[in-house]
Amino acid sequence: MTVEKQQELIRSVFGVLCSRAEKVSNFMEVDSIFGPDSRLVYKHYATLYFIFVFDSSENELAMLDLIQVFVETLDKCFRNVCELDIVFNYNKLHSILDEIISGGQVLETSSTEIMRAVEEISKSESASNSISLVPKTVSGWRSR
Amino acid sequence: MDTLFQRGLDDIIKGVRHQQSSTESIFMSRVIEEIRREIKSTDLQTKSTALQKLTYLNSIHFIDMSWASFHAIECISSPAFSHKKIGYLAISQSFSESTPVILLISNQLRKDLKSGNEFEVSLALDCLSRIGTVDLCRDLASEVFILMSSSKVFIRKKAIGVVLRLFEKYPDAVRVCFKKLVESLEGSDSPIVSAVVGVFCELSAKDPRSYLPLAPEFYRILVDSKNNWVLIKVLKIFVKLAPLEPRLAKRLVEPICDHMRKTGAKSLVFECIRTVVTSFTEYESAMKLAAEKIREFLMEDDPNLKYLGLHAISIMAPKHLWAVLENKDVVIQSLSDEDPNIKLESLRLVMAMASESNLMETCRVLVNYALKSDPDFCNEILGSILSTCCQNVYEVIIDFDWYVSLLGEMSRIPNCKKGEEIENQLIDIGMRVKDVRPELVRIARDLLIDPALLGNPFLHRLLSAAAWVCGEYVEFSRNPVELMEALLQPRTSLLPSSIRTVYMQSAFKILIFCIHSYFLQKEDMTSEVSDLASKRECSESSDLATGKALVQSDQDEGFNPRESNQSYEYPFSCRYWGWTEANLDREEVIASRVVEWVHDGFSEELGPVSVTAQDRVPIPDELVLKENLTDLEAICGGVELPAPGSFSLTSPYYGESAVFSVSNLQDEEDSEPSTESTSLLTEHRKRHELYYLPSEKNKIPANDYPPANDPSSSINTNDATEDLVKLADQSLVSKRKPNHAKPRPVVVKLEEGEAAPVVSKKPELKDDLLSGAIHDILLGNEAKAASSQSNPSDKSSSKRKGKAKHVDLLDSKENLAVGEQPNHENPSSRRSKHRGDGKQKSKKSKGKKNGDGRER
Repeated sequence: MTVEKQQELIRSVFGVLCSRAEKVSNFMEVDSIFGPDSRLVYKHYATLYFIFVFDSSENELAMLDLIQVFVETLDKCFRNVCELDIVFNYNKLHSILDEIISGGQVLETSSTEIMRAVEEISKSESASNSISLVPKTVSGWRSR
Repeated sequence: MDTLFQRGLDDIIKGVRHQQSSTESIFMSRVIEEIRREIKSTDLQTKSTALQKLTYLNSIHFIDMSWASFHAIECISSPAFSHKKIGYLAISQSFSESTPVILLISNQLRKDLKSGNEFEVSLALDCLSRIGTVDLCRDLASEVFILMSSSKVFIRKKAIGVVLRLFEKYPDAVRVCFKKLVESLEGSDSPIVSAVVGVFCELSAKDPRSYLPLAPEFYRILVDSKNNWVLIKVLKIFVKLAPLEPRLAKRLVEPICDHMRKTGAKSLVFECIRTVVTSFTEYESAMKLAAEKIREFLMEDDPNLKYLGLHAISIMAPKHLWAVLENKDVVIQSLSDEDPNIKLESLRLVMAMASESNLMETCRVLVNYALKSDPDFCNEILGSILSTCCQNVYEVIIDFDWYVSLLGEMSRIPNCKKGEEIENQLIDIGMRVKDVRPELVRIARDLLIDPALLGNPFLHRLLSAAAWVCGEYVEFSRNPVELMEALLQPRTSLLPSSIRTVYMQSAFKILIFCIHSYFLQKEDMTSEVSDLASKRECSESSDLATGKALVQSDQDEGFNPRESNQSYEYPFSCRYWGWTEANLDREEVIASRVVEWVHDGFSEELGPVSVTAQDRVPIPDELVLKENLTDLEAICGGVELPAPGSFSLTSPYYGESAVFSVSNLQDEEDSEPSTESTSLLTEHRKRHELYYLPSEKNKIPANDYPPANDPSSSINTNDATEDLVKLADQSLVSKRKPNHAKPRPVVVKLEEGEAAPVVSKKPELKDDLLSGAIHDILLGNEAKAASSQSNPSDKSSSKRKGKAKHVDLLDSKENLAVGEQPNHENPSSRRSKHRGDGKQKSKKSKGKKNGDGRER
């Protein structure tokens, strides 16, 4: 999918959602944007919208729950998550998301499990980073 | 550049956020420049940081990153986990089938899939699941298979997630992985089961029949599992399987109702409800229980639950109207809910409840709602009223007079955008229902007279319908002169020219009618007709005569812009008016004959023509139909004619019986070079230069209602038969509805032509391969013979021949483990031998999986 197409999709979703009132249901039919048999569910937290697009192989209320799981995990991960956390932690966000959904399938719905995996991953990441930093500083030091 | 000073992702993000919108693009281009430099570095740390920044920019700011694909591959080959992670993320975001270097990652993926670090494995699996191509899937299927038996749940789970993509891209992977998949169904609550049923849910959506043999497994899970996700997925699978096997449905009803009663999870309850109302509609008790639960949903305050409840009822609605009626009060109340989803659902339900007896009341209530609602919903309401009422040739309507006045009322609703639909219905009803024509004309007159409507662009088509109706059925009107004035009022210049065409045609028809009556009166002077009446007629027609003069003078003055883009019709009718006027005083006899003759032409009723009528006309032998009329160019020269011969005043095209093929007409005109009309035309054009279109392509908008008796009007040869209704060549079947207080008028049903041939959809080749492969595995030898016959794809037949011929049949439905696998033609068979429950994972022999000498 080209970047233009991505942008267009996001714009149309935004267009659809920004006119929604507050206390209404959280589902929308988005056949015109994503093709037949597609629906979206969204949840609005302060300034953020979390949007999941799915088809008839998923249950609507379960999807709503999934957003909840995702946000809870974010909360555990960042301790009282706020918008800035999400802005500045692009990678971690992806780590979390990849644990929940893989290949379009929901794989894990327990936020403890997800947290566990994400923590391990972060540990591996930082471990490998420190290893690689050493030679770099050494060579940087040597070259002076 | 010293790498110690490389800007990290955080710096970029901060930088972007601090930009004003004016400086943002400069900042961006600077950043991208930087990235391009850094990414070429050989130091993997620098490279990966640059790649990370690029990925971020790609996903949040839509910067293209396809040029960096090779660098991403370099990153994933790093031994460091963080680099790998960055690289894989970049690849998942940006690679696609068309990326040239995608094949290069195959080896790296394989290495990572074999890695001891479970997170490296999971990175690779994730990546494969998102961008796996046919080649990648083929090469790596065996690795995935191995991973499906890994000791770590974490990895098994992810491997199962990838299987779906594998199957989709490379159906042969089924032979390798399917059994393992089925085995993973054991146990009821582990995350593995959850993943597996998810995969089966997707698979069964495409081809349920192949998975029917697995039904017992799913049943066991349905009964045993406590995990809501698993249950929901299993229910979805059963929705697809139950229609195929009635015995299955019988066994399922109990457990499903059980779950509905006991569970606390609303999502599960809803899924059960949905399953029951979709697939178990014959089981009364289940339906009743579902209806009860739906009612609970509807009583909740949560708009989500309300919406879903209404949605569930609307699934039930077609056959089980009782459920809708039970909840009628809630439904009607929901019409005024603030949630648009809820409003739409309840609107649909209200229309479903509409029947002959309550139609008038329902429509009254709905129109009131429409007046109070916002434009979108208003149009939704009108649209649904229109479509419900016109279903099945207006089945639900008894009182057409009321309906026609409702149509008129709807057109006046301020937000109405349904002009086209109303237009279609007005004309349709006019043609089919004779008895309603007087009322129709009355409504049309009201619409035409109102000058305010002329300003509303959505209603223009509607007005053209009204004009047509008035012209066509002018004999029912009480005051034709009024109609005439309405049609000719100055504000009609606001209308587009296609609509004005209709106006003029109708005006002409009315004119003819009036003059004809006038002449009739004159002839019957001695009859019983009172003087008053005759005077009225005489004065009417003399009014018309002055009216014509008015029209003509108007035209000379301020109507130039109008004339400059009006239709060809004008000079023609102008001629007639001029002529008739001139002749009124002197040669009345001739005039009256002319008028009589035109009037007769108009009085013949024309019905619509079916789309295929043209094709049914046999082409006479000597006639050669040319595909396109390029010859016309030569004949007509530079003059733009709407249709050759239309201006010839010779009579053959009028008064002749209406059974006249349009194509014949055209061809006759083609064959005589009609130089006569050309010269007439050029002469006329010279005289009335002002009133002609500039010599450019004359776009004739297609009219889709009969321009009655003007076979030459708006013919665009290519769409003549499609767009214009001209000839009645169908038999008319009348429809009667018995036993009503006011007898229902006769609605004429016109026989439709043959429907367009339906192109049968060829099933996807891949899906065939997949289901074929699954068939083979699950059902063994017998099924194999059957399926290879039923399967139209021949490509895989060679594979089938080579494949295991003697798969043992399943001993019992419970035990799906298959017996010995014989050797294929391919010696390096990968098949592992399973016995019993296949718990002996250690016994697997890992063969080498290569192309297997199979052709794709």
